[in-house]
Amino acid sequence: MSSVIDILSNLWFDSGFSNLFTDWRSLVMIVVACGLLYLGIVKKFEPLLLVGIAFGTLLTNLPGAGLYHPELWDEVIAHTKGYGDVLREGGLLDILYIGVKAGIYPSLIFLGVGAMTDFGPLLSNPKSLLLGSAAQLGVYCAFILAILLGFTGNQAASIGIIGGADGPTAIFLTSKLAPELLGAIAIAAYSYMALIPLIQPPIMRALTTKKERETKMEQLRPVSKAEKIVFPIIVAIFVILLLPSTAPLIGCLMLGNLFRECGVTDRLSDTAQNALMNIVTIFLGVSVGATTVAARFLTFDTLKIVLLGLLAFCFSTVGGLLLGKVMYKVTKGKINPLIGSAGVSAVPMAARVSQVEGQKANPSNFLLMHAMGPNVAGVIGSAVAAGFLLALFG
Amino acid sequence: MFFILKSDISILEALGYSLLGIAIVFAALLLLMAIIKIQSALMSKGKEKKPAAAAAPAAAPAPAAPAQAKPAAPGSAGEIKLYDVPDKTAAMIMAIVADTLKKPLNELRFKSIKEVK
Repeated sequence: MSSVIDILSNLWFDSGFSNLFTDWRSLVMIVVACGLLYLGIVKKFEPLLLVGIAFGTLLTNLPGAGLYHPELWDEVIAHTKGYGDVLREGGLLDILYIGVKAGIYPSLIFLGVGAMTDFGPLLSNPKSLLLGSAAQLGVYCAFILAILLGFTGNQAASIGIIGGADGPTAIFLTSKLAPELLGAIAIAAYSYMALIPLIQPPIMRALTTKKERETKMEQLRPVSKAEKIVFPIIVAIFVILLLPSTAPLIGCLMLGNLFRECGVTDRLSDTAQNALMNIVTIFLGVSVGATTVAARFLTFDTLKIVLLGLLAFCFSTVGGLLLGKVMYKVTKGKINPLIGSAGVSAVPMAARVSQVEGQKANPSNFLLMHAMGPNVAGVIGSAVAAGFLLALFG
Repeated sequence: MFFILKSDISILEALGYSLLGIAIVFAALLLLMAIIKIQSALMSKGKEKKPAAAAAPAAAPAPAAPAQAKPAAPGSAGEIKLYDVPDKTAAMIMAIVADTLKKPLNELRFKSIKEVK
């Protein structure tokens, strides 16, 4: 009888339930994970990534599961251990996390993004690139504010890149510069991207007049197939030569786009857009979620990151809109400033917001294709901004 | 004070890095814009040359211009997305639109058909 009690008692002490109440923070994180799952599933906030991130958060905070070991990664960062040790000693999520740390998943996501992106609107209106640059304003504003709030240069750069509104870029840069903040930054970046239809419209209406919003833009010129094929090759050569640290992101983005446009690799384009993208999204989401270990996530810094992320998005929107207004004046009313806010990457959500706001002002206004130009320019712009920060702090 | 905490870089350095950073983003994308413009100009020049070269031999025989028949439209005009609409209903809707517009069905491009509930 006593041995049965011993077995049951051992079972109890080995189980996660016995440890669940020893650290209240794990319980809080389980509630946070459930909250994120609610946002992803019910509110449909970037569900493809948020559901994976939330479930990773849940798994990593279940006591005793041993799927992710932050202390092991501390040693990898300190170069006292390598990826081989992670494979030997780590749990499932440690092994998946190698793909984040090595920058593999964000780059492969960019491959898929490239295969899904039509750069036609950008090619037919190259001025869009300027709007894509102006909408990186939030990156640098958030960077300065983060320094003011006491973050280190590396951490501030990682927080600032949230303003690029580009999840894979934010994850790529943070995993290189400040991996300890990865969970908070990824969650902030994806949550705000999902909230773009709520964040941007009030700023757009505040900074533009009704007359500006009503502006109808001329139809875009048709872009030849040859131009679309040459574009990714030129961008890859030019941007990577200029900022070699952008090579993984820009290289994969442009390779994916070349698969799409060249017309002889339809199968590869299809795989990059669908199967590969879906597989990497699962790995990326779950392994990023795994980094939100209670002891490291539930800090005052996380709250600061959430606030700075919101400000970064707002400043980026302001930057795009202000340059849009300048272009409206310079072109004597040919460019609708609303397309400027689409420069914050977040493809195609930000372009859709420009379209909706434009149509509210003038129901016969169709800005979607015009806004897609700055939108895809923002992807290149945020990769360049990340490359600069990586070159500076990496 | 609560907000001003110690970082490893000063606020002036941060300002300098930010100005440099945004200048580099602008410079990179401005150069890219110039490259795209040059690329499209070169390609449109190449296009203009091609039809001119093709037109020259055609001009020599100068046949009596016959009344040119309108070329047949290609068989397919893209893919259509159906939302809660059965294939048969979609086909009927497209036929009605084509008939009303007096245009062949394969010259029209339907993007999606959605049932309004």
